[in-house]
Order: sequence, then C-alpha cells, then structure tokens
Amino acid sequence: MSGGHSTYSPKTGIGRWFDARLPLPRLVHDSFVSYPVPRNLNYAYTFGGILSLMLVVQIVTGIVLAMHYAASTELAFDSVEKIMRDVNSGWLIRYLHANGASMFFIAVYIHIFRGLYYGSYKAPRELLWILGVIIYLLMMATAFMGYVLPWGQMSFWGATVITGFFTAIPLVGEWIQTLLLGGFAVDNPTLNRFFSLHYLLPFMIAGVVVLHVWALHVTGQTNPTGIEVKSKTDTVAFTPYATIKDGFAMIVFLAMFAYFVFYIPNYLGHADNYIPADPLKTPAHIVPEWYFLPFYAILRAITFNIGPIDSKLGGVLAMFGAIAVLFFVPWLDTSKVRSAVYRPWYKLFFWLFLVNAVFLGWLGSRPAEGWYIPAMQVSTLFYFAFFLVVMPILGLIETPRRLPNSITEAVLEKNKGSGTAHPTGATASPETKG
Amino acid sequence: MSANESTEHNRRDFLYIATAMTGVVGAGAVVWPFIDQMRPDASTLALATVEVDVSAIEPGMSVTAKWRGKPIFIRNRTDAEIEEAKSVSVDQLPDQLARNENLGADAPASDLERSAGEGKENWIVMIGSCTHLGCVPLGQAGDFGGWFCPCHGSHYDTAGRIRSGPAPENLHIPNYEFISDTVIRIG
Repeated sequence: MSGGHSTYSPKTGIGRWFDARLPLPRLVHDSFVSYPVPRNLNYAYTFGGILSLMLVVQIVTGIVLAMHYAASTELAFDSVEKIMRDVNSGWLIRYLHANGASMFFIAVYIHIFRGLYYGSYKAPRELLWILGVIIYLLMMATAFMGYVLPWGQMSFWGATVITGFFTAIPLVGEWIQTLLLGGFAVDNPTLNRFFSLHYLLPFMIAGVVVLHVWALHVTGQTNPTGIEVKSKTDTVAFTPYATIKDGFAMIVFLAMFAYFVFYIPNYLGHADNYIPADPLKTPAHIVPEWYFLPFYAILRAITFNIGPIDSKLGGVLAMFGAIAVLFFVPWLDTSKVRSAVYRPWYKLFFWLFLVNAVFLGWLGSRPAEGWYIPAMQVSTLFYFAFFLVVMPILGLIETPRRLPNSITEAVLEKNKGSGTAHPTGATASPETKG
Repeated sequence: MSANESTEHNRRDFLYIATAMTGVVGAGAVVWPFIDQMRPDASTLALATVEVDVSAIEPGMSVTAKWRGKPIFIRNRTDAEIEEAKSVSVDQLPDQLARNENLGADAPASDLERSAGEGKENWIVMIGSCTHLGCVPLGQAGDFGGWFCPCHGSHYDTAGRIRSGPAPENLHIPNYEFISDTVIRIG
C-alpha cells in the first residue's frame, strides 16, 4: 500500500464482480497478503497482532458477560457471583475477561517498550506513535471502569480514589468530580454510567486501531536495524511470512493466557474485591490493578508542595504527566539513529528505564511509608529524566555504531557471523518466493 | 454572478449566516442536556438531610452516619481530647481554616470553630472522607489520637484537623444543627 500499486487480481467471476463494486477483498489482500514487511522482523514485532487478538477476546467475552450482569449497586456483586456459579461456563468467560485485561496490558507494555527500543516513534511515524498512546489511554480508562463493575471493595474504593484525582484541580475540581459520579459519592449513578462507558470505549479503541494500522501501512513497519526499506530484497510478503510468525506468537501467548485462566485465575486480582462494596469502610491497603502500579507510585511520590502547587495537585499532575510525556517522545529524542542496536548509551539507559519502571510498579504495591517514599521519589525522578534529559542530550553527544547500508546487508552480515549452519543463499531465498 | 453583485449583501449571505447561527445555537442547546444529565439527579438530591439521635453516645464514643453516600463522623470527645486539640495554636496547622459550612469561609481552625460550638464543644461532626482522595479515615487512630487515613497516610487530630500526610485540608464539616438536645440534623 505504501506507494506500491495493487497486485490483487481476482480469479473468479464473482471476485471480479465484487471488486468492481466494493473492493474490500482487494484492500485485505493488499494490506495483509501481498503487503511487504521487512525481512528481519523479530518476535518483538508480533505484539501488534497479539493486541488485535486480545481486543477481540475482550469484546467477545465482554458482550457475553453483559448478558448476565446487572449494573445496580443492589445486584452487581451478586450477579457476578451468579456468573461464577450458575451461568453455564460463566466462570470461564469471566476469568477470560478478567485475565484478558491483564494479558492485554502485558502485550501493550511489550509493544510500547519495543517501540522505545527500536525508535519506532521517529519520523515519519510520529502520528502512528501518538495514535498508539491514545489507544493506551483509552485502554486505561476502559480497564479502570471495568474494574468498578463487580462492585467489590477495591472496585468502590479504586473508583473513589481515582475520581478523587479530579478534586485536585483548583476551583472546578469538586464540580467535575460530582459530574463524573452523578452524586456526592460513588454510588448507583456512577456504576450505571461506568457500565455504559465500559461497553462503549472498546469500540472507540477499535476505531483508533484502524487509524493506527492505516498509519502503519502508509509509512511501512520499522525493523530492528531502524533502516528504512530500500529495495525489494529488504522485504518479504506479509503472507505467509508475517502471518505465520504472528500466528505462532499468538498461540504461545494464548497458552500463557490459558495458564493464568486455568491455574491461577485470581493471581493478578485482589482478594478484597470478593468483599461487597462498603461505602463506610475503606480497606487497609487500596492497591490498583498491577498495570497502574507505576503511575500509582508516581502519584504518591509527590509528598511535598512545589510553590503554589500543593502535594495533592502535584501528585496528580506528575501522574498524568508521566503518560502525557509519551506524546512528545518523537520530538524529545534528538538522535538521527533510530534503533538502540546502534546506540550503545541509549541501549544502556533504555534497560535502566525498563528496570526502573518495574521497580516503580513494585513500589506502587507497597504502602506509602518508610524508605519506600524516598525510593518512589528517586524512581520518579529517573522516569522523567529519561524522557526530558537523557533522550534529548544523548542524541546530541552519543557516537552511534556504524550503520549497515541496508536491511539486506545487515541480515547477510549477521548470518555470516553465525557460522555455517545457514548459508546466506538459504536465508536469502524468501525474496525469490515473495 | 457579476462582480457588482458579489460585493453586495444578498440572500445567499443571509442564508450562510442564518444557517451557521442556527446551527451553533442548536448544537449548544442539544449538547447541554447531555452534560446536564450527568449531574446528581432529583432522587440523589432528595437525600439531602438525615437526622441522627446521639443520646446514647457517651464521651469517648463515636458513631458513623451516612449522608449523601458519604460517612459522617459524630464523636463525643473526652475532656482530655478537647484539651489536646485546644493546646495547638492555629498558626502551627497545615490548614488554618475551619472548613465548617456553618461558619464563614475564613473562620480559623481553632478547636471551638471545629466543634459544635459554645457549650457543645465535646461534639464534633464531620464528613468522614479524607480530603486527599476520599478514603474513609479510621477513628481513634493515628499519631494525634484523632483519625488516620490508611490509603496514603494522612493523620488528623482530635478536632479532625490535618496534621501530617498528603491531605491538603481539614476534614470538612457539613451543615448541621442540634434540633433538640439529643438529635442532630445533617444537611
């Protein structure tokens, strides 16, 4: 699709009839069959496909759950228990949906870190990256509202704390919170509107995914070398090469998903959410779902006032800032070289950033006391320094390694080094088929 | 259309402007109900007052009532607790305002202004919702003998004033009055 002309030629009369009226098969063929992909994509590049699959899994299981769920504070908790005990296969569908959310986030985090490592956000793919950040934000909103629906203790208090963020906004904060809740506290109107929005947002995600894939197919994929595709020998056809590779990765991923669903279905959840919501009693530790923990640590790291900004507003700003900074990554990174493979210093800082992000997540699960607080502060500082200091400065001072002239050259060079098992002719053969 | 005509105001200009203005006003009129429906509805607002009988609450005891979906702390404080709260001067407090709906917005956070007032200084009535992010603080707990919020570690004293932790304000005091010696009406 990227500049190339269509190679689709329908073989049957019905195919030609259809193509002249609605060329949908042509679009699919050009996008997912003959579409050229770089020949050196590794398994880190399979998570886009896995994410599409997970979105479908969540929508399908979610639609089924909605048939048995009752969005009312009187009924919600019991209706979820009814799904678990009475509805045929209800336990399986609910565990698929609940663990599916976690799997969705595991996949999206690998996908995001893949992008950061290989510099996938750089020109001309800035919009592609920004659309991805928008999908990530929509995912977080969807997951948060979904977690409220079982109406357990964590549902209720998570909703109270997260909508409480808005009260940090000066002057209009309380009004906004009341507008979101539809009352003065989290209650039936809140549950109803969250259910409605939880049903809506996945379809909005699907819409943005279409734009994301569209933008991807305009610019073409990046690859581990970060060098743009230059000739036909740099690419292979999407089908069968990427299709099979994505398919294999999906099955491995689903096997891991199944392990969680069948053996440790509540491992990623919180036991307190099996206690019905009680507006008069806060659980001893309110912990969000694991995928929000790094941001929760950043929220709690700001324990001091900064000028006119009190610690409450400061914490909320830092937390939203931690996500907002992602929008500016394409312009914060000043390096001409795309991939960390050829950037020794960036590679080091990337892995430090990843370790730090996991550490922040662990800190987010700890209570805000003792040495955890200074650790959260140092970790938060590094989180922001990576984007605001390391990215702009490294690009100016780092000496990158020599770049190969093309993807083909990089692939052949690598195979020469790896011994005699794969003669270059064998690995180079795909292009003759594609 | 000749050059002459195009410089004059004609029926087409009128239609452009009229269409655009009607569209803008109409869009605004349609959008507002969609925002307005999110605000608390009539049945939620109807729960605006509750009455609580406090005759059985001895000094040192407290009860939690529910008002507008939020807990209300009603505590009959002991003399020692009152003395402790009185001994702190207002200018040492992180939040020096009383946050008392029954008083003016600039009332100081002295113990008297936080309590039910002269003669009823033993009573304190507050919204039990931490001013940080809305968790319910635990009573008779924390470093200052008042309330402690388990979520993010805010400590309140025996007058419900924030003393340490991330909460920016003292626990809010709703509109309330003693309608008899033993009954409080909140809201």
